[in-house]
Amino acid sequence: MRPFTYSRAASVEEAAKTAATTPGARFIAGGTNLLDLMKLQIETPAHLIDVNHLGLDRIEPTAEGGLKIGALVRNTDLAADKTVRRDYAVLSRALLAGASGQLRNKATTGGNLLQRTRCPYFYDTRMPCNKRRPGSGCGALKGVSRSLAILGTSEACIAQHPSDMAVALRLLDAQVDTASADGSRRSIPIADFHLLPGDTPHIENALKPGELITSVTLPRPLGGTHVYRKVRDRASYAFALVSVAAVFAKDGQTRFAFGGIATKPWRTPAADAAASSGAAAVAEAALSDARPTVHNAFKQRLTARTLASLYRQKGA
Amino acid sequence: MPDPLTRRSLLQGSAAAAAAISVSGEAQAAPAGSPQRRKEQQQMNPVGLTVNGREVHLQLDPRTTLLDALREHMHLTGTKKGCDHGQCGACTVIVEGRRINSCLTLAVMHEGDRITTIEGLGTPEKLHPMQRAFITHDGYQCGYCTPGQICSAVAVLEEIGAGIPSHATENLDQIAFSDNEVRERMSGNICRCAAYPNIVAAIREVAEGEKA
Repeated sequence: MRPFTYSRAASVEEAAKTAATTPGARFIAGGTNLLDLMKLQIETPAHLIDVNHLGLDRIEPTAEGGLKIGALVRNTDLAADKTVRRDYAVLSRALLAGASGQLRNKATTGGNLLQRTRCPYFYDTRMPCNKRRPGSGCGALKGVSRSLAILGTSEACIAQHPSDMAVALRLLDAQVDTASADGSRRSIPIADFHLLPGDTPHIENALKPGELITSVTLPRPLGGTHVYRKVRDRASYAFALVSVAAVFAKDGQTRFAFGGIATKPWRTPAADAAASSGAAAVAEAALSDARPTVHNAFKQRLTARTLASLYRQKGA
Repeated sequence: MPDPLTRRSLLQGSAAAAAAISVSGEAQAAPAGSPQRRKEQQQMNPVGLTVNGREVHLQLDPRTTLLDALREHMHLTGTKKGCDHGQCGACTVIVEGRRINSCLTLAVMHEGDRITTIEGLGTPEKLHPMQRAFITHDGYQCGYCTPGQICSAVAVLEEIGAGIPSHATENLDQIAFSDNEVRERMSGNICRCAAYPNIVAAIREVAEGEKA
């Protein structure tokens, strides 16, 4: 790791102010992704602001009948929370499908949203990567792209978004609540939080410099049957090749979100509209804009099959 | 009587010899990346931890992972460094009652925390039930991943007892021990010798012992 200085923030305001005024500062929460990248010198912060002691680790009901999840709630605790298990089971399932027990004990809600891609060309510092070094090119476009995205890609980047949790949050229309150095607060709809790569793949989300995620708010429960199906190269502890989150709601308002196949947690209204026509129709609608490579074209058929499996699971 | 030759003393001997060679080539200044050079450049942070019931106070470069603090600064070498990227689980320790990868966390972030390593679970004279079960069931071959496996396994039984669900849990409200649960929950601990069936048998024995 490159040398850095370390401080512990005592309040949200102090954390945001320090981040805005210290060159090269980054927040650290669970650290499971950031430290990994720092060891590889893909991330080289000059200063780390420890935000673990800000009291952002509570899960509380909201006045609107939803749920407010502190940014520092660990993945284990969020998945095990009784209200989440009962009312937002797809979120529990998505969290439990990700990482290992050890990592879930450390990883946080806010940190998971900021998780970076596992594109092998992003990780290999000898290769060009527009996300790691803007303007250097993309090694993946003509490289080995089996794990990478088929939706939301650009000429500059086809890196897949790695999170399971974020797919469920996208499905549930979560809001990402933040605090800035000037004291202002805002809520960002999760659909607008993660950005498409376009020609600036190094800009991955809507956060401004120094802006800190303080919580994630879920709207009222949707009811219905919640399902999360993840397909990967081994039975546990691997990133998704394809994942599908779904809520089969009683009033026919079925919705889907997709992971492993897109550059951000993915939803498309056409897929939801095709729900009553069955898995094949949903897959066709969801993938109509897909731009696969030779290596990852299999993800189209795998998505259709994952959806078929999901429909069977729902029926069971 | 001379000290018996151990793998550790042999490794330390050869490391010292290698260091002596490099020093003769760079007599003017401490080489970049050496402990001396880093101390000059780096902010040092005081850290207080309670490790296996003992209070420890250290001055650490903030880059020091909890794993390196345990091994290099406290000389608790039971915790192993495998991949150093959170993929293998050899570095698993229990912090404030929860298992984590000690390689993916900074020691300075654990001020005041209580940490249990394999050395704190049991001793050769007084083994932890999980250590005894791993021996009974041959839950290892080379043994390198074993401290991490055992720390993880102890925490897994506590997690099941606390009603924390896993990916293998069919009904999120009914959490119970099963071999399937163990395989899923232990997936963050890799055993290159593939002693997995015996590891599951060892954990099952301890779980059944706790129930009895």
